[in-house]
Amino acid sequence: MFLARVVGTVVASRKDPGLVGTKLLVIQPLTAEGAPAGQPLVAVDSVGAGYGEEVFYVRGREASVPFLPTEVPTDAAIIGIVDERHTS
Amino acid sequence: MQIGRVIGTVVATRKDPKLAGTKLLLVQPLDPAGRPRGNAVLAFDSVDAGTGDRVLLVQDGKAAIQALGRGVAAVDAAIVGVVDAVDIEA
Repeated sequence: MFLARVVGTVVASRKDPGLVGTKLLVIQPLTAEGAPAGQPLVAVDSVGAGYGEEVFYVRGREASVPFLPTEVPTDAAIIGIVDERHTS
Repeated sequence: MQIGRVIGTVVATRKDPKLAGTKLLLVQPLDPAGRPRGNAVLAFDSVDAGTGDRVLLVQDGKAAIQALGRGVAAVDAAIVGVVDAVDIEA
């Protein structure tokens, strides 16, 4: 999993049926200190995340797991909202 | 697997139900010389690691699911060992 911040939303009227009803969010990956790292990506939200929130997301095949039994064709899913982050 | 160092912790009340009760740690992957390599990974801890520990990190869904042991889950990274020593022949 990786840290990210929600920086936007995506609306797509024409999409794979498996994506119908999902919330698509643009997320900016973060370093452990909370600074932007790399390029933003689009992830499907599974926890009710919102704009500006710090979240963590899962990549790859397991990104579709939170939505089972619906087969959602995604390679990135937000699976948690960060309350606190402590780094040394 | 990769070797990394635990550099932090994350608290998340709202998260995937399969992760309930797990300890989430930020791990900085290291190169063979021990220098930071790439961005920090958030992994659940299955071996009671702590901040500052050098650990074994898997970044693969299947491996992480096995380490979690709760059936199919939305996880792609896990700490599966605490490193005592690494010896690389020059």
